[in-house]
Amino acid sequence: MLFNYIKIAWKVLLRHPFYTFITLFGITLTLTVLMVITSFIDHLVGSHYPEYKRDRSLYIMNIALRDSARTSMNGGPVSYNFIKEHLKTLKTPEKVGFSTMINSANSYLNGRRIKVSTKYCDATFWEVADYEFLEGKPFNEQNIANGEHVVVITDAMKKQYFEDETASAIGKSIEVDNEKFKVIGVVKSAPVTRIMTFSDVFFPYNLPKSNYQSKGLQGNFTAIILAKNKSDFKAIQDEFDASVGRIPLPIMNWGNRYDIIDIKAQTYTDTFLNGLLREGQEIFLYVGIFFILMMLMGLPAINLVNLNVSRIMERASEIGIRKAFGAPSSSLAWQFIIENIFITMIGGSFALILTFIIISIFNDSGLILHADLSINFSVFGVSLLVCLIFGLLSGVVPALRMSKMKVIDALKSS
Amino acid sequence: MIKLSNIEKVYQTSNIETLALNNINIDIKKGEFVSIMGPSGCGKSTLLNIMGLLDEPSTGTIAIDNKPVEKFTDKDLAYLRNQKIGFIFQSFHLINDLSILDNVEIPLLYRASTNKSRREAAKEALEKVGLSNRMKHFPNQLSGGQKQRVAIARAIVGNPEIILADEPTGNLDSAMGNEILNILLQLNAAGSTIVMVTHDENMAKKTHRLIRLFDGTQVS
Repeated sequence: MLFNYIKIAWKVLLRHPFYTFITLFGITLTLTVLMVITSFIDHLVGSHYPEYKRDRSLYIMNIALRDSARTSMNGGPVSYNFIKEHLKTLKTPEKVGFSTMINSANSYLNGRRIKVSTKYCDATFWEVADYEFLEGKPFNEQNIANGEHVVVITDAMKKQYFEDETASAIGKSIEVDNEKFKVIGVVKSAPVTRIMTFSDVFFPYNLPKSNYQSKGLQGNFTAIILAKNKSDFKAIQDEFDASVGRIPLPIMNWGNRYDIIDIKAQTYTDTFLNGLLREGQEIFLYVGIFFILMMLMGLPAINLVNLNVSRIMERASEIGIRKAFGAPSSSLAWQFIIENIFITMIGGSFALILTFIIISIFNDSGLILHADLSINFSVFGVSLLVCLIFGLLSGVVPALRMSKMKVIDALKSS
Repeated sequence: MIKLSNIEKVYQTSNIETLALNNINIDIKKGEFVSIMGPSGCGKSTLLNIMGLLDEPSTGTIAIDNKPVEKFTDKDLAYLRNQKIGFIFQSFHLINDLSILDNVEIPLLYRASTNKSRREAAKEALEKVGLSNRMKHFPNQLSGGQKQRVAIARAIVGNPEIILADEPTGNLDSAMGNEILNILLQLNAAGSTIVMVTHDENMAKKTHRLIRLFDGTQVS
């Protein structure tokens, strides 16, 4: 039966090549846009290099101090002191690693200025982030305790800095902001969009320029809390909230009084969204997503419904014949829905190829440094789901219209 | 087998009412071969469509195997058409996108059957009408007579008890028409109940009983 439906769908496609082209073009374009968006969202919030463990990580990115009326706010990353007292002391997580936000520094080579991104991090950072070491190894607690001027750089940095990129960089020195550091490790570069882990150069956190000894709750650090498993999130959050709850209030800062501390250990997606939206603005996000989806999927689907409905009469004879020989309306409705899903799947296949091409071009373009957009299993799964929804959306109405046609009217119209 | 009582069919357009069938009472017995004749537009095809549950009467009742069908749902009617009735249309009504074999299989698609059993039954039906060598052809590759034979194969593939033929020879030359009639006579001899609409007096004479219509009224 299914094979029969697909056979008919194929024949219908071949019957009017121009109409087929227009239909497939519309479906392909719509699905390509959706797949590229899905891939981009996945790139931003999915678990990818070097943050493969995002699904069991909580992030500390921002602390906000507010007055009791919540009229003024002072926000930013946390201090090393805060991490030491309220994060490194947590019992529930497996590990807590920290690093500064992305800073920039200058390096000079043969009189040429190279602008580099830098990060100061602890030894555990290398355990919560899964950087691939191409050469050498990360700095450890001992290197940090000894105050060694060591550094881990990326392969892109190595390529830019050292003339002979084939030779090992280990043991060589690089100069950043007029200070010399010994390279002890080279890692594969990560995309710039992984702001919690991206950098060109990684220093131990206790080097003077990191300002790690600044007082107060705010500083330049962010942290990644690695849970043993996802189910520990609630316990970690509770333990963290309790620790923060013990901070004496009010806090006086630059002559301002703050009575409320807003800080949450959140998943990456929530952290990412909180960075974009303020509290209570989530509704705008959902309305926005709904609107975009409506525009991207709803309108083309409605258009396809119209095209399909207007072509019903062309299929009337077939409907009449099938009904005359015992096809119930439900079978015919399913036939048309399956045909539509089949056509959508063909469009989906084209869209998948087109998305692959677009993503490859995007990754190579350098628009996002070291971008690694991909069509992975989840992107493909979402795309497949989108194809099915699109097929159903555009197939149900025509299917119902077709199946409700009276047999004799359908036969007479042919 | 098929009992029509007080059947009326009225077609209503914006302000004109046309009485297509008026007080029709027919009882078709099992195994009969009945022909329906009358001038063009007298309601022959409408009557056949109502008998075959393709159209609804405005008033009156239809009973198949003594069961009135007016309260049957769309699904029940589809089931009856599938199990009991096979149609042969004047204009063949074959699906051009499907092969001859696929066309003949259609009634079996809506029954619980396997792909293999459907194929076998369709081949057997095509053999009966002498078209086993054309199974992989498409309708537009066949002559009118061959198309009608495919339509007959499709009508008989599910072994229905009733075959309703609407001017099955209307689009064929006389030699081909006789050939089709012979197939129908053979099917009747094998036990099928057949109702055939025809314009051809000679063909009608070969059937058991003739019903004549004039302006929607049964005159004999």
